[in-house]
Amino acid sequence: MNSELIRNDFPILKKECGGRPIVYLDNAATSQKPLPVLEAVYEYNTQGNGNPHRGAHVLAISASEAYDGSKEIVRRFINKRSPKEIIYTRNTTESLNLIARSYGETHLKKGDHIVITIAEHHANLVTWQRVAQKTGAVLDYIYVDKKTGHFLEKDLEKINKNVKIVAFAQVSNVLGIEFDPRPLIQRAHEAGAVVVLDGAQSAPHRRVDVQELDCDFFAFSGHKMCASGGIGVLYGKEQLLDDMEPFNLGGDMIEEVREQSTDFAELPAKFEAGTQNVEGAVSLEAAIRYLNEIGFDEIQKQERKLVTQAIQGMQQIPHIRIIGTENPEEKEGLVSFTVDDVHPHDVAEILSAVGICIRTGHHCAQPLHTYLGIYASCRASFYFYNTEEEVQYFLKHLRTVRSVMGYDD
Amino acid sequence: MDMNQLYTELILEYNKDKTNKRPVENPTLSEHGHNPNCGDDIVLQVKMKDGVIQDLAYTGSGCAISQASTAMMIELVSGRTADEALRLVHLFLDMIRGKITDESQLEELEAAVSLKDISKMPVRVKCAVLGWHTLEEALTKLQSKTVKSNK
Repeated sequence: MNSELIRNDFPILKKECGGRPIVYLDNAATSQKPLPVLEAVYEYNTQGNGNPHRGAHVLAISASEAYDGSKEIVRRFINKRSPKEIIYTRNTTESLNLIARSYGETHLKKGDHIVITIAEHHANLVTWQRVAQKTGAVLDYIYVDKKTGHFLEKDLEKINKNVKIVAFAQVSNVLGIEFDPRPLIQRAHEAGAVVVLDGAQSAPHRRVDVQELDCDFFAFSGHKMCASGGIGVLYGKEQLLDDMEPFNLGGDMIEEVREQSTDFAELPAKFEAGTQNVEGAVSLEAAIRYLNEIGFDEIQKQERKLVTQAIQGMQQIPHIRIIGTENPEEKEGLVSFTVDDVHPHDVAEILSAVGICIRTGHHCAQPLHTYLGIYASCRASFYFYNTEEEVQYFLKHLRTVRSVMGYDD
Repeated sequence: MDMNQLYTELILEYNKDKTNKRPVENPTLSEHGHNPNCGDDIVLQVKMKDGVIQDLAYTGSGCAISQASTAMMIELVSGRTADEALRLVHLFLDMIRGKITDESQLEELEAAVSLKDISKMPVRVKCAVLGWHTLEEALTKLQSKTVKSNK
């Protein structure tokens, strides 16, 4: 991979911070946007902007074409059968909320079980708590081994015939662990449950094939994979989506409206009420084209190299504790860690002063942190445009953190 | 920003000082304070006797600024009446909000004056005020209880 060429596509990476170009290691929170994406949005707004699916004028038509056309690219991206199965949302969170409300709240009843894992992001946790509270269903957790981050084998038995929904992240945004979700999906289907896969941290980094995975729902965000903010995707199997209640109500999601009743539109319009984020859709299409051009094999190769370098370097620094597995082969693009006696917020402050951006806090995964017995953690997350030189710089400054905080080691 | 200006020796010293990072025996009131997004999370416990703060301490976790600030506060308000402590809390909050900048007015905050420049660092303001806000909550609750029981 030619890092220099690729980095030229990302103007923000040239931003000066702490006396040098910024070192952006918070990609799991949001990625940066390359010129082809920015240009596609500019092009749309200067040449094609209108309100899609409304009116017959030239700009309404170009907006409709841009919006609907992008879905074909998304369909191919995750290998769906039909563009009807693709719902645009604002982000992963909204996709998950849509499933919880339009499927969970209407299909579950008292005594049913929902199974999630302790490593879930709040978006895939609070949503199911709410479904459980409203329907009287029971929320069960699959726990992880505190050292390796692997699911506890015995907890998989919680997926039994009482379970109606199994929801989990393909890659945890804290543990970063890469695992094969297929056995879990198979088990869920044998029990008769539907599977909700949170792809927020997987879709930006690897090829996703929803048909091969055979998940029932799949959710991901554009902004973590080089697209603009405010565009997300929900995939659902057609027969499930058909059988679901609409989410938001309003324009564009109707077939016919009378004074006292309404017929809803076919998929996917049924779930896309109101004027949609067309420039978001345009940016997502451009982002997918861009990532495809680089190639996911190359992306994974680069990320694996960086993660390996980061983990090996961190293992050499006293008082750094990596969360979850330390095997770089199992980490997908991110490393969470703590520094003994230094609060993550202080770690981030010290690194930020020299232009390094990492994430700190509980990363919207409070129950996981509580389970691991920590209040908060730091996270360095990489994307294909990061370089070995940046990782070296990060390690160099990570080494100074404790001395800045007055520890002699 | 130079990290030595933020993490001064005084702040690092108070951050490491765990004298008042402990549970209080038979507390009159426990109050939970947290900054959900950065993971600062403390429980402040206060024991009142004859209207005076007899013992004040905290448990939990937080960044150096929040921990040092809380430690400075405990040192400052211990042994004072609730009213006096609240007055100092408000003085501190006004300093951090940049409302009071006059050094002579702030002198009575003792070590906590060293946090004055946090007012220029919006991201760290919530760290600096965590302990103080929590104490404010606790004392306000105590006072409203006292008012009720006196009626």
